[in-house]
Amino acid sequence: MKAPLSTEAMAVGYPGRRLIEGVDVVLGPGELVALIGVNGGGKSTLLHTLAGLHAPIAGKVRSFEEEIGSLSAVERARRLALVLTGRPAAGLMDVRTIVAMGRQPWTGHFGRLNDDDQKIIDGALRAVDVEHLVGRSLGELSDGEAQRVMIARALAQDTPIMLLDEPMAFLDLVNRVRLLRTLRQLAHDRQKAILLSTHDLQSALDLCDRVLLIHDRRLWNGTAAEAIRSGVLEALFSAEGLRFDPATRSFRAV
Amino acid sequence: MTGRNAWLLVALVVANAVLFLLHLLVGPVPLDACDALAALFNGADEGGAARVVRSVRLPEALTAVLAGSGLAVCGLLMQTLFRNPLAGPSVLGLSSGASLGVAVLMLARPLWLLAWLPAEFAVIVGAFVGAMAVLALIMVADRRMGDGVALLVVGLMVGYLCGAIIDVLQVAGPEGALKGFVLWGMGSFGGVVNERLPLLAAVVLPGLLLALWSMKALNALLLGETYAASLGVDVPRMRRTIMWTTGLLAGSITAFCGPIAFLGLATPHVARGLCKTSDHTTLLPMTLLTGASLALCCDLIIKVPGAAGLPLNAITAFLGAPVVAWVLWSGKRWARTA
Repeated sequence: MKAPLSTEAMAVGYPGRRLIEGVDVVLGPGELVALIGVNGGGKSTLLHTLAGLHAPIAGKVRSFEEEIGSLSAVERARRLALVLTGRPAAGLMDVRTIVAMGRQPWTGHFGRLNDDDQKIIDGALRAVDVEHLVGRSLGELSDGEAQRVMIARALAQDTPIMLLDEPMAFLDLVNRVRLLRTLRQLAHDRQKAILLSTHDLQSALDLCDRVLLIHDRRLWNGTAAEAIRSGVLEALFSAEGLRFDPATRSFRAV
Repeated sequence: MTGRNAWLLVALVVANAVLFLLHLLVGPVPLDACDALAALFNGADEGGAARVVRSVRLPEALTAVLAGSGLAVCGLLMQTLFRNPLAGPSVLGLSSGASLGVAVLMLARPLWLLAWLPAEFAVIVGAFVGAMAVLALIMVADRRMGDGVALLVVGLMVGYLCGAIIDVLQVAGPEGALKGFVLWGMGSFGGVVNERLPLLAAVVLPGLLLALWSMKALNALLLGETYAASLGVDVPRMRRTIMWTTGLLAGSITAFCGPIAFLGLATPHVARGLCKTSDHTTLLPMTLLTGASLALCCDLIIKVPGAAGLPLNAITAFLGAPVVAWVLWSGKRWARTA
């Protein structure tokens, strides 16, 4: 089977500064995967490299067996949708126009939307429950609403792969869990490969199918249960006065 | 495009047509309206009225349309590219760079260059090179600083620097050339004679088409360069396209009409206020037509008996400065984009 996204001996970072090395990871269809690591560990760089926006400094990134760097920008955009941290300043654009931009890789030169495009946009708005916001502008939405709108835009792009950079930052607990449940459902129901970076360890361990942990410039890869058993979590967050409690799947200050 | 905005576009086309005709009728020489319009359709008419309309008023009106729409689109492209509502060809120093290029040619007279090129080509080339040099500098500064306010200050400083060099050239330059340069520097749509009009059109029209051709990618850029790239836009190529288009538009229009302030900066805001969207498939045509109307309006005002002798830039400032102040004052709509 051709995996939506896979890497081979990949290293990411910048010339003279390797952040993560020896990455061999496969992202399969129907999987929700969390990427966890400390600040400055290379989470965003890894996501951008997987998205083909940043060349790996060693090794390869492949999407359905084809090297991501060899794809045209449009072909890449048809396979892979990206959601970045925070909300863009999009000027005078209502929510529907922003979500409709997800159709860009599929529309003609002037971006005219046909009936099928409109249906896909409606479906994307419905999937993350933002239909009631269509006439509003992005600037006047709450952080949770804005984040869901940007995810709807990525859904409208209709790609087999979605990469999200800290989609749960700025969200309260209720909205974090709600968002993660939505993403999990999207991955399982629509057979999408979804990778998201997060600092919310507990929710990620509870709701994601797999976790990737950036530790000691390597990428640890396994299920939540394996991560807890292996002790890699404790090694990762082994700060003074912090202890991992397997029962509650969270760190406790002691 | 919503029905309302489609109607607005039609209304702007009509407004342009009306202003254009008014432009043919108003001027220092009073003309009979019928004679003036007849001159348009009767090429054989060699009467005085026909000559005034065909060789003075028609080229001036066409120049106003080309320059107004060109500068307005140039301003919109810069505002989208730099994601800065206060970007524009005059604010970021493009007009100053173009002026410097023209000043070097008119005042310092590098004869080795003038021997190679006819004078009007040389002026365009000088203005274009000046505008592009400033634009390249501004784009590098944008990359390095990533701060909208700092970028505007750099643009202003580049403008002052170009102004200072122009002052030096003026003091050192020959007396005869000085007068021509000072007149050019006041800005006017009236200096483009029929023979040179095709040259202006040959630069401005492709620039406008290139902008219209890029509307979809411009929309993606509103979300930022990373999102644009993830939506399939070849961002480096798009940046180059915008750079060449703005350089060509600002350079050629400045070469022909002199540095004209505020039209490029203020018009996109007027258009946004009209159509209430940043979607370029609506906003770009709207900006283009609004630019042409505003340029015709400003030029009409200085031709009304009683206002004769006012420089064009005084009128564009009267219209433009309050618009810019209003954008800053109201802040809410574009504030998050600055």
